Amino acid sequence: MATATIADDLRPLHHPKSWIGKYVWSQDHKVIAIQYSLTAIAIGLVALVLSGLMRLQLGFPDTFDFIQPENYLQYVTMHGMIMVVYLLTALLLGGFGNYLIPLMVGARDMVFPFVNMLSYWFYLLAVLVLVASFFVPGGPTGAGWTLYPPQTILEGTPGHQYGIILMLASLAIFVVAFTMGGLNYVTTVLQARTKGMTLMRMPCSVWGIFVASIMGLLAFPALFVACIMMLLDRLVGTSFFMPAIASMGKELGYEGGSPILFQHLFWFFGHPEVYIVALPAFGIVSDLIAVHARKNIFGYRMMVWAIVIIGALSFFVWAHHMYVSGMNPYFGFFFATSTLIIAIPTAIKVYNWLLTLWRGDIHLTVPMLFAIGFLFTFIHGGLSGLFLGNVSVDVPLSDTFFVIGHFHMVMGVSPILVIFGAIYHWYPKITGRMWNDALAKIHFWVTFLGVYAIFLPMHYLGMLGVPRRYFALGETAFIPPSAHLANEWITIAALIVFAAQMLFFWNMTWSLFRGPRADPNPWGAASLEWQTPDTPPGHGNWGPTLPTVYRWAYDYSVPGADRDFTPQTQPPGGAGRYHAT
Amino acid sequence: MNLFGRLTEKSWETPGADPTADPALSRPSAASVGLRVFFGIVTMLFGLVTMAYVMRMGTVAMEHGPVSDWRPMPDPPLLWINSAILILSGLAWEAARAGARIGRGLLLFAGVVAAGLLALLFLAGQLALWAQYAARGYYAAANPSYSFFYLITGLHGLHLLGGLYVWGRTVSRLLAGADAGAVRVTVDLCAAYWHFLLVIWLVMLGLLIST
Repeated sequence: MATATIADDLRPLHHPKSWIGKYVWSQDHKVIAIQYSLTAIAIGLVALVLSGLMRLQLGFPDTFDFIQPENYLQYVTMHGMIMVVYLLTALLLGGFGNYLIPLMVGARDMVFPFVNMLSYWFYLLAVLVLVASFFVPGGPTGAGWTLYPPQTILEGTPGHQYGIILMLASLAIFVVAFTMGGLNYVTTVLQARTKGMTLMRMPCSVWGIFVASIMGLLAFPALFVACIMMLLDRLVGTSFFMPAIASMGKELGYEGGSPILFQHLFWFFGHPEVYIVALPAFGIVSDLIAVHARKNIFGYRMMVWAIVIIGALSFFVWAHHMYVSGMNPYFGFFFATSTLIIAIPTAIKVYNWLLTLWRGDIHLTVPMLFAIGFLFTFIHGGLSGLFLGNVSVDVPLSDTFFVIGHFHMVMGVSPILVIFGAIYHWYPKITGRMWNDALAKIHFWVTFLGVYAIFLPMHYLGMLGVPRRYFALGETAFIPPSAHLANEWITIAALIVFAAQMLFFWNMTWSLFRGPRADPNPWGAASLEWQTPDTPPGHGNWGPTLPTVYRWAYDYSVPGADRDFTPQTQPPGGAGRYHAT
Repeated sequence: MNLFGRLTEKSWETPGADPTADPALSRPSAASVGLRVFFGIVTMLFGLVTMAYVMRMGTVAMEHGPVSDWRPMPDPPLLWINSAILILSGLAWEAARAGARIGRGLLLFAGVVAAGLLALLFLAGQLALWAQYAARGYYAAANPSYSFFYLITGLHGLHLLGGLYVWGRTVSRLLAGADAGAVRVTVDLCAAYWHFLLVIWLVMLGLLIST
């Protein structure tokens, strides 16, 4: 706690002298954000390749000799864990959180820059430990991303020798890294907002990241405890989760442990995790829609409250992941009810996004296309969530492809579309360059239509009863030949979407060097990060004095104003401003 | 403005109005806000461990018939001695705070040093407790109640070690000639952190001895 803080501009900033101090051991939130993002995207690419391999096996079984059943399980596990934790959480909070919070609330940096730097290096360590598990004897764990005991650490599960140990260690390190980062994000929002930046003048992006960070700080300890206890079960021979069990014909030393206990701890983290990923996306998409529809976000206060309410409610729904684990029917009733109640604030947000678009001056820029794409995939994935939230519908659909289709739509594709939109939106500020519009539009359309081609048929496969996590379906009587055909087409669509992502990487890299110079505020946005004196923002963000905020972040198309946006830093007076909303 | 007022502000209706004074003057320090947030995280961590403890205690395993396999541990005197040392450590921080407040450099320094040494003594005592238990056959893997004991004391000790890192920096600042004003915030926050860890320890102690 004794770390130097930069709460205001009284204290001189930590000015690095060397290249290494500036770009490697950097305490600047913008550099840390880019480090976080690039690391997350790099490990995310690994997970993307793994999903491609899974699709090759599912679409064309008996074709690829190098994919054995145990490899397939390892791909499933690592793909899931990397995407949820190491890509989405790290990119949205470590990447966007780091970049946007200080700029959007008018701070010079995070309040604990040194801890912030440590957060990144711990995250990198977690990623390296995870990657190391690909190279140990037995390979990475194949226990499924939920790591359910007892099978997770039993012989017969791929990676039970070292892979699972590295996975658990990596997750524990990740939680430490996230805690250091999250402490910064929350404290910076609470403590380091500039003059005039009241809580209700913060853009929705900051609200989403802020509430998600609080949730992460409260939910990740559950994962931490679960990982430590499982490590002890595996290494020391304790029986927290391991029941008395015989494996491969011999009795193991465990007795009396509770596998269900692990499930409770895991999902107490796991369900809020969905919203830790979703809330920053909700916030960012609100800003994208408002800026590119040149209209204030409809029902701003409602949007903020909905974020807070969703965050709170999401701690009371975890056991809806455990309907088939066996539970008292009254618990099932409680968790089904709380799950369905979350649909209310979520629906409020969806309606408000649509009402913001309604009669807006919609500019179909690439960020806006991705925002609208998100609305489609999120509504779609949200509605299938209503099916699964009900116990009696969930039980037959559980562990089928319906679940895969649902959660990829709602928490895989949807946040990823927002992330793409956000990268296109803020790229000019981050790099000072514009990207290629044509390539970006191709990227959008192939990705958007492609994900529908991939995940929509999965719902039908699930209703047929096609199980998830199976290496091959074989000659199963209830699975018709059409399901095999669907699997082939899904795989082809997945490979095309995969290729489209390469366009994105090419566009981003090429534009970094050759893209045209960007205007400091190319979209005409009102929020604070576009009003920096330099583009990209310099060290300390704001030059000699901190900005003063006079209004909320959504003064777009104000009647009588001389421009169609009024920056947050513009004092009142002059052109008429008041309008009833 | 209270929290409810802040969250119900109609920010679109009030351009220009600046309801907050200069935030640099009116807000608590970042370290103090951050520490409070951290208290929330640690409370959650130990709360979850407590939940797991209670659930595991109530798990009825088939191989044991209708009763749980949970076996209580003895409560040796060292448990109480260690707790008393941790309380004394917190009191020493209070003495240091008083020293910083009234500008008595010697009291401040003595308080800080005593607090840290007592905390180190507490940790040594906890290790001795581990050794005592292990010598009597209470291994971590032998019974879930023993496993939880090592887990809880280990997690608590690690948090105290984190506090001792800050303590070490404070001592070196004092040795380098920092005056009472310069370390006052740090001492206040350390005291708060120690009291917080004491409360956590007392709750955990209650859990351990009552089961």
